[in-house]
Amino acid sequence: MNQGSHVLDRARVALGDDFLRAAVRFTADRLRTKKYAATEALGRWENWRSRGQHIRAHTVAHLDYYLGQFADNVTRAGGNVQFAADASEASQMVLDIIKSKQARSVVKSKSMVSEEIGINHLLEAADVEVVETDLGEYIVQLAKETPSHIIIPAIHKNRQQIKDLFTAAGGENLTTDTKTLAAFARRTMRRKFLEADVGITGCNFGIAESGSVVLFTNEGNADMVTNLPQTHIVLMGMERLLPSFADLEVMANLLPRSATGQSITTYMSVLTGPRHEGDHDGARELHIIVLDNGRSNQLADPKMKEVLNCIRCGACLNVCPVYRQIGGHAYGSVYPGPIGAVLSPVLNQGEQYADLPYASSLCGACSEACPVKIPIHDMLVHLRQRNVERGWVKPAERQAFKGFAFAFAKVGRYKLAMKTARMGQGPLVRDGHIEAKIGPLRGWTAGRNAPTLAKQSFRDMWSSLQGELKTTTRESGGKGK
Amino acid sequence: MKISLFITCMVDNLYPQVGVAMVKILDQLGVEVVFPEGQTCCGQPAFNSGYAAEARASAKTLLEAFADADYVVSPSGSCTGMIHHYYEDLFAGDAQLAREAKALAAKTYEFSQFLVNVLGVTDVGARFPYRVTYHPSCHGARLLGVKDEPLTLLRAVKDIELIDLPYATDCCGFGGTFAVKMGDISTAMVTEKVSHVRETEATVLVGTDMGCLMNIGGRLSREHSSVRVMHIAQLLYEGMQLGAGSREAITI
Ligand code: SF4
Repeated sequence: MNQGSHVLDRARVALGDDFLRAAVRFTADRLRTKKYAATEALGRWENWRSRGQHIRAHTVAHLDYYLGQFADNVTRAGGNVQFAADASEASQMVLDIIKSKQARSVVKSKSMVSEEIGINHLLEAADVEVVETDLGEYIVQLAKETPSHIIIPAIHKNRQQIKDLFTAAGGENLTTDTKTLAAFARRTMRRKFLEADVGITGCNFGIAESGSVVLFTNEGNADMVTNLPQTHIVLMGMERLLPSFADLEVMANLLPRSATGQSITTYMSVLTGPRHEGDHDGARELHIIVLDNGRSNQLADPKMKEVLNCIRCGACLNVCPVYRQIGGHAYGSVYPGPIGAVLSPVLNQGEQYADLPYASSLCGACSEACPVKIPIHDMLVHLRQRNVERGWVKPAERQAFKGFAFAFAKVGRYKLAMKTARMGQGPLVRDGHIEAKIGPLRGWTAGRNAPTLAKQSFRDMWSSLQGELKTTTRESGGKGK
Repeated sequence: MKISLFITCMVDNLYPQVGVAMVKILDQLGVEVVFPEGQTCCGQPAFNSGYAAEARASAKTLLEAFADADYVVSPSGSCTGMIHHYYEDLFAGDAQLAREAKALAAKTYEFSQFLVNVLGVTDVGARFPYRVTYHPSCHGARLLGVKDEPLTLLRAVKDIELIDLPYATDCCGFGGTFAVKMGDISTAMVTEKVSHVRETEATVLVGTDMGCLMNIGGRLSREHSSVRVMHIAQLLYEGMQLGAGSREAITI
């Protein structure tokens, strides 16, 4: 596979960055502990997960229906809905709106879809100022980076680094104290909120029965972004729907607990249409852009369909032992971690992210943590199968597994192969183990010793072992002894 | 009672002493053990790398070898998990084989699971006067759902000092071909695992899967640690010998 080495190369960079690794571990640990406490306090967590799974599966199974209902209700409430087939179409729609409004400045609240379509760069190229107003996103924007976590965009940064970034952005006499740093960001943003022509947000959930857009934030910034500018653009993935507010209640329990271990999100904003007659605030125009970008292809794929159930809580990242070591940027995709390793290859055509499904030990911690029970580790295996079917694998690897299939299909060949290996390992063995960093062994032996094949295999011992057993059985055989 | 031993290719070739310990324990518990010679490997190395057809070639040897078995018992939660979690799907293209796969899954157990849940044995009469920490393997725990059984057996061991392993449920970084393909990431993972093992100051690390133990043990050995790495069957068997005489003969 062309990309085979890429994730590993990027991972090596991350593995050499002690600051990053310490920062990621620190926050992941906190989130895990808090999530555990929050789910224990709620109780019957497995039942909640099942409810979440059913709601998402039902919605995705009837997505066309709910999308239609949602769009009708948005229109009825005075909003405008557009469907974008891919990222470039969605970006064009945003740019067209910006142009028609002659907008010069945009404020954004956190949106993974906006990262997916890469809208910030396009806006900047069109001379439009873009300011991220989620604190984490703001940090990442100042660092000219991309988020490394879908919930905690700046998880890879420590306080000192944040202080330095804020100082470079004009902050004076800053310390590493959270309050001081947040106060600087707040002061800076307040001005931007008042000046901005357009607000762009994501959408945690769209409610089909009412055409409402629901946003969860902890900083309240989404309320500013959606209310102060005259125009509000919502970017949402086409699967991000819930049939009703009753379903939202379940998600409002699952999402914050899974994401940050909070029993409830600090702010939940529900927006139905633009500002109505008599409203005190709200944008005058509401544009909702619904993005497909490879999602509808999953509807027809029974093995991958459940990827659309994801509610982007990030719990799978927080428990992932691979993410823990390498952080988010090593994945090289907008969506990192276990869900990113599944989502990135299916949202994008071609081999670009075909290496990501290998960045997993298939330990299953992700699936166990997922509040809507997505079998992520099974999907990772399935995506590896797809790579094999499509020929996106190294010829040497394919040969090796052909050899495996041949040798292991018949016990006679298997025994012969093992005997040959036993004889061949001789020169490599030192002190009862193998350290030699050669050939395919290197990946293993670079960091640990390898065992040697036993002088006698179990099956070679079996007949004599069986002899001992009969003896034992005879001796203790009279059970009444 | 008669069981068929599913030895797994790893224990067969690298750690036969684990198989011996298992067989001897079962034997002492009054279970007759047979070893169907036609078995090779569950196919997991190929399957997890995306080579389903290649995995089938090897997996078929198990369907045949264990066709007549009442119970199949293996020293690995991972290989048992492979049969339980993936076989039916792996053979979905052939109704007959899919039926056989399903039947095999229904009668296949990991060693500690078999002892506790089928035999109802929680105390094998072992004594093991050492400081021990237990690493729960991911596949055994998550694919197969074997979480309490190994601990139940270990807690019943006399004089054992069982220390909780910090971050116990975090993967050790083995993951089959992952350990070779993503060697640096895998090494980072096992290095963290080993640091937690060392924190416990245990002299013995015990587990239920030789894949993980080979990985953790390989790192411990690279770090010149003297921590002894044992499969639960080895620990129990050694403990049964130490404890012999101090208990009633166990039979079922
Ligand atoms: S896959 Fe599950 S755990 Fe991961 S982000 Fe999505 S909903 Fe959360």
